[in-house]
Amino acid sequence: MKEFGYSLSPSSRVDLDKVDKSKQNRLFALEPGFKKCMSCGSCSATCSAGNYTDVSLRRAISYIQNGQDQLAVNMLRNCMLCGKCLIICPRGINTRNLIRNILNVYGEKQI
Amino acid sequence: MNINGKKKIWSEYQKEIPEDHYFYVRSCIRQNFFPASEKLFLEIVRERLSLDFFETEHHTTCGGIAYHSDTIPQETVMTIVARQFALMTEAGYKNYVASCITSFGLYTEILDTWHHFPELESKIRDYLWKTTKREFQKPEYLAHASDVVYKLRNKIASQAKYKLVNKDTGEPLKVVEHIGCHYSKMFPSKGVGGAEYPYVLTGMIEAWGGEIVDYPERRHCCGFGFRQYLVQANRGYSISNTHKKFESMAPFKPDMIITNCPGCPYFLDRWQYVIKEMEGKTYGENGEGIPVFTYEEVAGLVLGYDPWYLGMQMHQTAVEPLLDKIGIKYNKEEKYLL
Ligand code: SF4
Ligand code: SF4
Repeated sequence: MKEFGYSLSPSSRVDLDKVDKSKQNRLFALEPGFKKCMSCGSCSATCSAGNYTDVSLRRAISYIQNGQDQLAVNMLRNCMLCGKCLIICPRGINTRNLIRNILNVYGEKQI
Repeated sequence: MNINGKKKIWSEYQKEIPEDHYFYVRSCIRQNFFPASEKLFLEIVRERLSLDFFETEHHTTCGGIAYHSDTIPQETVMTIVARQFALMTEAGYKNYVASCITSFGLYTEILDTWHHFPELESKIRDYLWKTTKREFQKPEYLAHASDVVYKLRNKIASQAKYKLVNKDTGEPLKVVEHIGCHYSKMFPSKGVGGAEYPYVLTGMIEAWGGEIVDYPERRHCCGFGFRQYLVQANRGYSISNTHKKFESMAPFKPDMIITNCPGCPYFLDRWQYVIKEMEGKTYGENGEGIPVFTYEEVAGLVLGYDPWYLGMQMHQTAVEPLLDKIGIKYNKEEKYLL
C-alpha cells in the first residue's frame, strides 16, 4: 500500500436492515420496559460504577437499538447491579432486570 | 394521499430563478480542476441559448476557502465580497450568479448577516470606500450556476444529441447526485428542494433521461470539509467521509455521479483512486471507478460536445465506461492531445 500520511477510519454507519432482530425481540419479551426508555441519561448520571468505568445504561440501550450489541455487553460487564438507576429512572423501567437480560441475551455467560 | 397538500409543501422548496441578465463569477478551484466547466456554461447560455451573461477580468477569489479554513476574519471576507458586488453594480447588473457553491453559500450568509446587522454593512461599505473608492448595490437576485442550468434544463434537453440512457439495454442510467453542503444546508430556502429534498441536479438528470439513486448517505458531506482536507494530518477524516458515501451507494450500482460544488467532484473523483490504493477496492463495474462529473460536463455530454473538449482527461477516475454505456463517440488517441 502507498503511504499517504493519513489513513481511512472504519465507518460508524449502522445498517439497520442487517441487524438480527430476533435477539432484540427476545429482550423486549423479557423486559418490555426497554421500549420505554427516552434517553434522558438519569441512569448514567446516578451510576456509581460510571464514575470509575465507562458504564452508561443510556448508551448501552442505544447500542442495542443500533445493533451494536457487543459494545453494550462489554460496557455493562462493569455494572454492579446496585439498582440506583432503577430508583431514578423517570419511566419506571426495571433497569436491573434490563441489564441482566441484555447480558443474558447478548453475552456468552448467563447471570 | 392529498395531492394538493403535497404540492403546497413542495412549493415551499422551490425558488424563483430569473432566466437572463446575470453577472457571472467564476470559482478558484473549478478553473483548475475542471477547467472546461465554466467555459462550457458560458458557451451554452451565450451561444446556444442567446442569453446575457457578463463576466469581468477584475473579479477575484471570494475568500470563501480562507474563511472556511479559519485563516481570515469575517470582516475581511465581507470586504472582498463587497468589492465583487461593486463590480456587478459598475457593470449595470442586478442578478448575480456564482459558479462555486462555497461562494454562493458565503454570499448568502453575508447578505443575511447584513440584513440582521445593518451597522456591519455600513462598516464594510466604509472599508470598501477607504480601500478601493468603490460603492455597491446588493444583488436583487443571487443564484448558483446550477440553478440557472436547472431552469434551462428542458431547453438543453430539446437540443440534446444523447440521453442518459444505456444504449444496450435502453434503461435510464442510475445517477448519484451530490448537491454539496454549502448549496442549501446553511440556508435551505435558497436552494431548489432545500436541504432535505435536493432537486436541483435531480431535475437535470430526469430531464436528460437518467434516474436518480436515493441511497442512505445521499445528504452526507463529500469529504472536503476544508480543514479536514487542507491539514494533511486531518485528511483521514476527509477520505473516511467519502468512503462512507461510496460504501452506502455501492449496493445501488450507480453508473455515474453528478456534482454541484467545486470540492465534491474533486473528492469523489480523486479519493476513489486513494481508496483503491489503500483498500484495493473499486466501486464501479469491472474493477473500474464510478465516473464523476460536474453538471456542466453532463450538460455538455448530452449536447454532444467532445469529451476531451470538456476536459475529461483531467479526471482521475476514467470516464470512458460511461461514454461507452451512452454510446458517445470519442477518439482514444486524442485523449491527451488537446
Ligand atoms: S445497576 Fe449498574 S448501571 Fe445501574 S446504577 Fe448500579 S452500577 Fe450503574
Ligand atoms: S433513566 Fe430510564 S429513561 Fe432515562 S436513559 Fe436511563 S433507562 Fe432510559
